[in-house]
Amino acid sequence: MAMSQIDPVVIDNAESAVSTRNISKNYGDVEALRDLSLEFPRGQLTSLLGPSGCGKTTLLKIIAGLLEPTSGEVEVNGKTVTGPGPDRAFVFQDFALLPWASVIRNVAFGLEMRGMGKSEREDIAAKYIKEVGLGGFEHSYPHELSGGMRQRVGLARALSVDAEVLLMDEPFSAVDEQTRRKFQEDLLALVQNENKTFIFVTHSIEEAVYVSDQIALLLPRPSRVHEIIRPSNFRSKGVDNIRRDPEYLDIVDEIWASLRTYVE
Amino acid sequence: MTLFGYRLPGMSSLILWGLLWEFVGQSGMTFFVPPLSEVLSTLFEVVQTAAFQKALYETTYAFLAGVFFAIAIGIPVGILMGKNRLLDELLLPWVNVFLSAPLTALVPVLMVLFGFGMKAIIITTTLFGIWIIILNSRAGVKQINRSLVEMAHSFGASPLDAFFKIYFWAALPEILGGVRIGIIRAVKGVIIGQLLISIVGFGALFELYSANFLMAHFWAVLIVLFALAFTISEFLAYLERRVSYYAAKR
Repeated sequence: MAMSQIDPVVIDNAESAVSTRNISKNYGDVEALRDLSLEFPRGQLTSLLGPSGCGKTTLLKIIAGLLEPTSGEVEVNGKTVTGPGPDRAFVFQDFALLPWASVIRNVAFGLEMRGMGKSEREDIAAKYIKEVGLGGFEHSYPHELSGGMRQRVGLARALSVDAEVLLMDEPFSAVDEQTRRKFQEDLLALVQNENKTFIFVTHSIEEAVYVSDQIALLLPRPSRVHEIIRPSNFRSKGVDNIRRDPEYLDIVDEIWASLRTYVE
Repeated sequence: MTLFGYRLPGMSSLILWGLLWEFVGQSGMTFFVPPLSEVLSTLFEVVQTAAFQKALYETTYAFLAGVFFAIAIGIPVGILMGKNRLLDELLLPWVNVFLSAPLTALVPVLMVLFGFGMKAIIITTTLFGIWIIILNSRAGVKQINRSLVEMAHSFGASPLDAFFKIYFWAALPEILGGVRIGIIRAVKGVIIGQLLISIVGFGALFELYSANFLMAHFWAVLIVLFALAFTISEFLAYLERRVSYYAAKR
């Protein structure tokens, strides 16, 4: 099932929303990324998976425009990225909520930065707060919420700006196992219902295989794309059956076989 | 605290110290300490005099003006130092020098530069309060969570937005702590200014009463001053507690 080359047929069918072209990033003498090219098909979820230190978060931040690549370029809908833009929204690993602001102000923050009026942006924020299942917590403060609920706030904030591309940096790594499973199921529904392109960084193999339409396996020293994996069969069988699907289990094993030597 | 099963109200230790004061005063051990009752009755006489009210006005004016400049200059400078490496390298040594320097020794220089009037007193007050405000605002910005800054950047915050909507609030617990200590220092500054530069306000009253051995008057004014400083400090501590709920979670 795993292929070492991007399947050209698939790429023709799904046009890319984001492309990275020959991205390199050096920190002094340290090579974080070398000559990395990837296509992210529109409307699908691509995860960047790899051991720690393989530069997956660096790549995500370069796509976000938060970091500048040493060479190479990122295109979003054919336009070269020069910095953060309204076509991309970021979900942070540590949530990055304003602790002094209520849930609704946090969710509306992105819209506030775009200069939208208070009542208009709070209407939109309230809608997304309900959508992520936090209705009734609009006027709570982040410290009153559990970790999982805080990440839902972070997710609502990213959704409310209605960006085409959602960048998620290990969004579920700081929440507990049960909450994470719920999040993963919700994420599948989100990819189905929202016509958005998701780029998802994770270090969990199971998580990547569970949620992804396409997995880019990155390896370190020097960081590069080792393999692109596109699970095909089990996604249509329903969320309850994915984890015992033979293909799911095979891919998990295969990825682990590739990564094993790189994990200390 | 409870004693013999009774709950003691807050600050009841003051009663004990007040009684001791009264006792020492009544025993006539030293003229320097008149009985507390005498000091208190003098206090009520003194606060009604025109001299006291004029002193209160002059001191309050100089104090408020001095504190205003210390805060209005100190907070932005501190935040900018925390954000900007170059500015930090340039200014930090000076802030540290002035923070620990015996500023009283500078007051004669200020007199030469700014004359003997209100202006020099206000500047003295500002100089006493501003350094700790700068340093604390800087520290508040330094410990800001990097991902909050990235978050603001990724959602397209302008530098001005980032300053007022992220940096200021993230640093607010430290800023308020700095302002509280700065204001306590400014109380020292305004009185030292009034004693050394020109004999006005409470400084003049202290000078007048101690020179004439009016110890009850002297203590009465001192109590008023302590009470004012304590009230301001407690009010700011209250504000600090209001924001402390997020201080640990930025």
